[in-house]
Amino acid sequence: MTALSPTFPWAKDAKDDYRACPVTTLKVDMHTERLIIANAVMAVVCLTLGGIAALLIALTRWQAIHLLDATWFYRLLTLHGIDMLVAWIVFFEMAGLHFGSTVLLNARHAAPKLAWLGFILMTVGGLMANFVVLFDTSSIVTFTAYVPMKAHPLFYLSYILFAVGALIAVITFFVNIVVAKREARFEGSMPLVVFGLMTAAILATYTLLQGAAAIVPAFFWSLGLMDLDPGIYRNFFWGFGHPAQQVNLAAMVAIWYALAQMTVGIRPLNEKFSRLAFILYLFFINLGSAHHLLVDPGLSFGWKAVNTSYAMYLAVLGSMMHAFSIPAAMEVALRAKGFRKGLFGWLRNGPWNEPGFGALVTSMILFGWVGGVTGVTIGTEQINMLAHNTLRLPGHFHATVVGGTTTAFMGFTYYVIPLIFRKELKLKKWAVWQPYVFGFGTLLVSLGMITSGLQGVSRRNWDISFAGVVPGTVDLTLAIFGIGALIAVTGGIMYITVVLTSILTGPRLEASNMLLVAGTNNPLLESTQLTDHQLEDKQNQPRGTLVLVFAFLVWFAVYYLTNWWLLGRTWFIR
Amino acid sequence: MLAPERTWWKPMGRLEKTWLTVALVWCIFLTIMMPLWYFMGKQNVPTETYRTTPQQYAATVNDFVAKYQVGEENGIPIVAAPPGSDVYLRASAWQWYPILQLEKGKQYRLHVSSMDFAHGFSLQPVNINLEVLPGYDYVATITPTTTGEFTIVCNEYCFLGHHTMVGKIIVE
Ligand code: HEM
Ligand SMILES: [Cu+2]
Ligand SMILES: [Cu+2]
Repeated sequence: MTALSPTFPWAKDAKDDYRACPVTTLKVDMHTERLIIANAVMAVVCLTLGGIAALLIALTRWQAIHLLDATWFYRLLTLHGIDMLVAWIVFFEMAGLHFGSTVLLNARHAAPKLAWLGFILMTVGGLMANFVVLFDTSSIVTFTAYVPMKAHPLFYLSYILFAVGALIAVITFFVNIVVAKREARFEGSMPLVVFGLMTAAILATYTLLQGAAAIVPAFFWSLGLMDLDPGIYRNFFWGFGHPAQQVNLAAMVAIWYALAQMTVGIRPLNEKFSRLAFILYLFFINLGSAHHLLVDPGLSFGWKAVNTSYAMYLAVLGSMMHAFSIPAAMEVALRAKGFRKGLFGWLRNGPWNEPGFGALVTSMILFGWVGGVTGVTIGTEQINMLAHNTLRLPGHFHATVVGGTTTAFMGFTYYVIPLIFRKELKLKKWAVWQPYVFGFGTLLVSLGMITSGLQGVSRRNWDISFAGVVPGTVDLTLAIFGIGALIAVTGGIMYITVVLTSILTGPRLEASNMLLVAGTNNPLLESTQLTDHQLEDKQNQPRGTLVLVFAFLVWFAVYYLTNWWLLGRTWFIR
Repeated sequence: MLAPERTWWKPMGRLEKTWLTVALVWCIFLTIMMPLWYFMGKQNVPTETYRTTPQQYAATVNDFVAKYQVGEENGIPIVAAPPGSDVYLRASAWQWYPILQLEKGKQYRLHVSSMDFAHGFSLQPVNINLEVLPGYDYVATITPTTTGEFTIVCNEYCFLGHHTMVGKIIVE
């Protein structure tokens, strides 16, 4: 441990206090370790609160059960949106940023005090939002809080505190990277996973500033200090809300690369290709705010078409590139291990009993095949007329942000427990099954919502029987959704049980292994031994993946074109 | 996850190039579909919008109802304006006003605006969905292609009575 010359004033008293991880050979800064633990714990707490709400509102929307009364339904709907989309995901991402900017670079946390300040602000903001929504009826405005529906000023203040806290935490990410670079803690380019996380952090900075532009005026408006136009609020709100989903996307893809490296030992086939895909996110995704305004008054076709397509769908292109490069790298790594039979022999021989692998595959399938395809379709200017504010919307994003992001984050947690919490993972069997249970439930939730929405069932609606218009098949599709919700909630309970049992019981234990279930080797370190020769070997080429991505494209085209056909059958409108 | 070797700037492989090209072509197709439909399709998102105020819009709706009312249902007037004319719909918590009566195959200029919160115009089971905001007079030029009684559901959350906000359009 050598003393370091301070690079930043607030880093003056920072000691180089770290331990060496026996599994990854990386240095783990002790500040980082504590920050990750704190953020991860808050994330799981929020997931639990949001999950309880999920169960109750799902059992209400399942029309045959119709559990809650209207006010409680809307109240818990508001809480669910906040605790899940905002709190769970962002707390977890902050843990990821602290991890990526220090551990993966062999570096120290250069601004731990600032990071703790961010954490505290986020925690206060999150708790405050929960209290306001629970105890003040006027604040049951859903997490979007469209003006001029006026919540209590504390509601907006809680958002501001949370966002400022997150912004501070994101800033420490950049500080850490700059310091690590100056102190020469790593050589050459930063690892791909950190590169992906940096994409997320840059997007998050932009997003949070845009969020301020929406929420700060709303705060003053709620105090009666200024006027606020509902159309403009929506524009600013989604200028924040949509890119925020791209932060989740970039973070999730970074976690995908990490999981693929940890469980099958991939080496990205072409770093340039993968990095280019992240850069496409950075440049083109910010235009996505229009997605939510496609059928709003006052906006021109040109503005909407350019903005919804992120300028020629170049961000979609980025996702399609990752959709190839990750499975392809997995295929090559597995083929190099000798699983070369046929097109899919490698896939059959994947470590299906390893939680991180199960989570990775589940997450990629749900995100791409369900979330991505439905998202691009309903985000098409004209098709949005069929989908706006119907259950197709939550159907889409429960595939992306739940089936995709949440499943990936859950899978990653299982490795954080031994490596960072330094506790043995308990209930390993549960951990193996958990991604599949959660993923299958989420799949049914999504499909049930999407098919109900296709029949016109609206989102955020306590009782659709008033509408009296929807055909009888709605009962069926809502039942599929309801059963899926029960299964997904079971998967969520499994996750929380595994996490709590592991961290609350048993002594502290240094990890000895990367893989939790599937053996004693260490794919992460093996990945550095994949030679160029192995990557280029004819036998190892990712032919199976190419077949998979083409099948994906066919499904994409069928779904997309079917929607145009549906649109063509409705009333003429201009 | 671990740092890459120094030179990772390598040409892409054959399979990567194939997929990149195909994906790019698909993205271009997705882009072209929107303007193509804009010029050729019969269902496009309305863009015509005027600034208004709740008071001003309410007055217009009242004039419209007084001029063309043909009946009443549960205290809400049924209004039938001649084809080709402007018809007005008012959204407020938690009511659609009035009930519009239209003719199949005829074109109307349908105005919608809100008196208070954001509301959602969701015509079922036709399944056309538009956002309704206070201060904006949103004009949709529509031609009903089916007959019957259609429900207007509010599908933008407009506070606790949101789900009770149900209206009607009749097409003959
Ligand atoms: C256990 C699994 C889950 C179930 C059963 C579930 C169920 C539901 C239901 C029933 C709704 C209300 C739909 C409506 O009436 O419009 C909803 C909304 C929503 N859910 Fe979930 N959910 C789950 C997990 C999640 C997770 C993990 C996230 C975020 C990461 C999430 C994010 C959201 C959001 C943002 C909304 C929209 C809230 C609103 O419209 O204001 N959900 N969910
Ligand atoms: Cu309404
Ligand atoms: Cu409503």
